[in-house]
Amino acid sequence: MISRKGQDRVFGWLMGLSLAGVVAALIAIAGCVAVRGAAGFTWRMLIETPKGGYYLGGEGGIANAIVGSLCLAVGATLLSALFSLPASLALQREYASPRLSRAARLLFDTLAGVPSIVWGALGFVVMSWLGMRASLLAGMATLAVLIFPIMTCAMAEAVKAVPPGVKEAARGLGASRTQTSWLVVARQALPGLLAAVLLAFGRGIGDAASVLFTAGYTDHIPRSLLDPVASLPLAVFFQIGTPYPEAQARGYASALVLLVIVLLVSFSSRLAGRRLSRHVLR
Amino acid sequence: MPHISIHKLTVSYGGHVALKDASVDIPDKRITVILGPSGCGKSTLLRSVNRLNDLHEEVSVQGQVLVDGEDVYAAGADELSLRAKVGFLSQRPCPLPMSVADNVSFGPRIHRLTPDQMLRRIGLEPRGDRNGAVSLLVEHYLKLAGLWDEVKDRLRAPAANLSLGQQQRLALARALAVEPEAILADEPTSALDPISAQLIEKRFLALKEKYTVVLVTHILRQAKRLADHVVFLYMGEVVESAPASEFFASPRDPRTRAYLAGEIS
Repeated sequence: MISRKGQDRVFGWLMGLSLAGVVAALIAIAGCVAVRGAAGFTWRMLIETPKGGYYLGGEGGIANAIVGSLCLAVGATLLSALFSLPASLALQREYASPRLSRAARLLFDTLAGVPSIVWGALGFVVMSWLGMRASLLAGMATLAVLIFPIMTCAMAEAVKAVPPGVKEAARGLGASRTQTSWLVVARQALPGLLAAVLLAFGRGIGDAASVLFTAGYTDHIPRSLLDPVASLPLAVFFQIGTPYPEAQARGYASALVLLVIVLLVSFSSRLAGRRLSRHVLR
Repeated sequence: MPHISIHKLTVSYGGHVALKDASVDIPDKRITVILGPSGCGKSTLLRSVNRLNDLHEEVSVQGQVLVDGEDVYAAGADELSLRAKVGFLSQRPCPLPMSVADNVSFGPRIHRLTPDQMLRRIGLEPRGDRNGAVSLLVEHYLKLAGLWDEVKDRLRAPAANLSLGQQQRLALARALAVEPEAILADEPTSALDPISAQLIEKRFLALKEKYTVVLVTHILRQAKRLADHVVFLYMGEVVESAPASEFFASPRDPRTRAYLAGEIS
């Protein structure tokens, strides 16, 4: 029989080991992308669109995919937030019975687990039914549907964490449910709501499968919502998938650009969250 | 005429009866203390007056609560304007997630007062300047709650940065700013240090000139210091309700005598 002190030590080691494993994997991924990406990276690729023979190692850059991905992800995030925020507030006890709210959460959890290629296929079916071509709009809408359950679940958690006393204080002053939700609950939950938006954005900008059918791919920068649009994950896929070393190197550079965008958005929104949440009760 | 009149009120949460057949009259412009041990239904009685119990799941209420002669539980009664008439102070101050000034002006804003109405409330002539009206209103109620001197230089600071005692006085200012006729306070000093508690008690003594104050407490000495009228609750029942002098000098019910003597708690 192992002593309890010994047990403590063993579990301490095990926990440390698993933590180290996760961190090591993260560093390995980021490191690999950074090292390989830096080799193929040029500043010009950020501002140029692909020229003829680009995927064979020719001249040009990935400006089409950068702009495309930003448009897709920002559009989808805004579109989704438009529905996620009211939906997450509606899951409060004041509006939904605990049973309904539990059922809704289960539904969102299930939807969050649906593979993105399935959403892409569904988006494609709807598009053909509407007679639409692959376009920025269709990609945005499909991506929005994909990230909606993720954003709503995360927002609902943030809303749920608002202390009941804060809500009661507002209600005690005569605020209606709606006033309490928008003026008090949403403010108190702001850091959590921002984190939810960020989580959904990160998921959205990195997704390739859902935009494969719906947004298409093009070497041009889109002029309207109905133009097809390129995206970074697909740019990575197409370039690394070629047999040409120059194109592959630029594929890793594209992955690095994607990683940097996600990190930039993450840090800046955290910074904004800290500034915006100075009134939040802790 | 009593300001608040409770008739045969029974409140239960799910299957648990918290208050049985309670009837109490609460006089106008006095401090009425609802006294009794923990879990005897004091808060339930208090929260029935502004219908804050409604927020609780599975609550059922029978009986009448009359404020100014109107039953607040009548069909079609508007609980939002009721809560503007009856201010509430909870056990722990809960600042709203906004600045000190915005906490005070929250009530007038949600009740959609115009700047002129705000100025009239605090006894000034209308002059049609929104920002000016709001800051005058904030100053007025912070002074009334005895907090102005401590926070006048940080009105824009987050309310959560204030000390607990200051937060409770801010909650008082916030409640007063909706210009209620009555203030309900649910053990408002129990989370505070003795000095802050004393400040709050002093405020109540000053406020009874203008407001009907109903205070829940389980602290006998606090009841003695503040009460004009005492309602004694035990195990969900109103045992005795009398003017303070009578209540403390010659309690009628044996349970009241036992409680005052410290034999039961």
